Amino acid sequence: MSETKPKVLAIASGGGHWVQLLRLRPAFEGCDVVFATAKEGYRSDVGDADFRVIVDANRSNKIGLLRSAWSIFSLLRRERPDVVISTGAAPGFFALKMGRMMGIKTIWVDSIANAEELSMSGDKAGTCADLWLTQWAHLARENRPAHMGNVL
Amino acid sequence: MIFITVGTDQPFDRMLKVIDQWAGDSDRRDVFAQIGEGGWVPEHIPSVQFLEPVEFKSKFAEAKLIIGHAGMGTILSALLHGKPILVMPKKASLGEHRNEHQTATAKRMMELGNVNVAFDEAELREKLDHVDELQPRTPIGPYASGGLVEGIRNFIFEGKSAAK
Repeated sequence: MSETKPKVLAIASGGGHWVQLLRLRPAFEGCDVVFATAKEGYRSDVGDADFRVIVDANRSNKIGLLRSAWSIFSLLRRERPDVVISTGAAPGFFALKMGRMMGIKTIWVDSIANAEELSMSGDKAGTCADLWLTQWAHLARENRPAHMGNVL
Repeated sequence: MIFITVGTDQPFDRMLKVIDQWAGDSDRRDVFAQIGEGGWVPEHIPSVQFLEPVEFKSKFAEAKLIIGHAGMGTILSALLHGKPILVMPKKASLGEHRNEHQTATAKRMMELGNVNVAFDEAELREKLDHVDELQPRTPIGPYASGGLVEGIRNFIFEGKSAAK
């Protein structure tokens, strides 16, 4: 990976998840980055970077979850990233789950909103994240997510 | 202008009703609210259901104060714009959210000195009566720094992390 730039897919739902993902941009310097989120309106946040729209869903809508998973599967097949990183929520979990099965390196940064326990997606991400992070030191422990800091 | 936002998930009538009552009682004409879909519509405050991300940002830039649900998008946006913010956590027990994380978020962010919190309607009303005393603050930088960014970078480029 030293000869070509690593390709990173940075994916999150809208709102707070997206705002947090954008704050991690310096981590992707020197990479080819593709940003993906749920609303076309967020395109202006990433400037010249590649931007894709995926179908968002939450766990109260099962059909929506299936459509979301399919849109993310299609995105992964098309983009073939080396690394997938997400700050949540359900779409990010799908991206990690499927990415892992496709041999892509995966990073989960659990939302800073989850200060008392991991989100449901964040908890499940433990099964498919190569790097599994919480933004709260008191939630980090062995066999649970690690803590390296937060987006603030 | 005071900008009210309930986030993109569900409406937050419990908070809006208190703010609307206050705006009516104190004849405030400088309040604008984003209220979500299918919720109660305030009588004394102009409102819209949703704002496009660009409009949302310009409301933040214009506002002298933000009042909102305790969502991280709202809190981070206020910190980025250097605006004082008063939040009230949505409660899953009242059907306002999918889980109770907003109460924990609000407490932790309050401890870090980032937000003012009203945990219930009575406290919200009390804080609204002193809301003009809240002062602007230095905006945070556009990006995260330190350990988290470094750790992710190392992992992307080296495929390993100090934490593992």
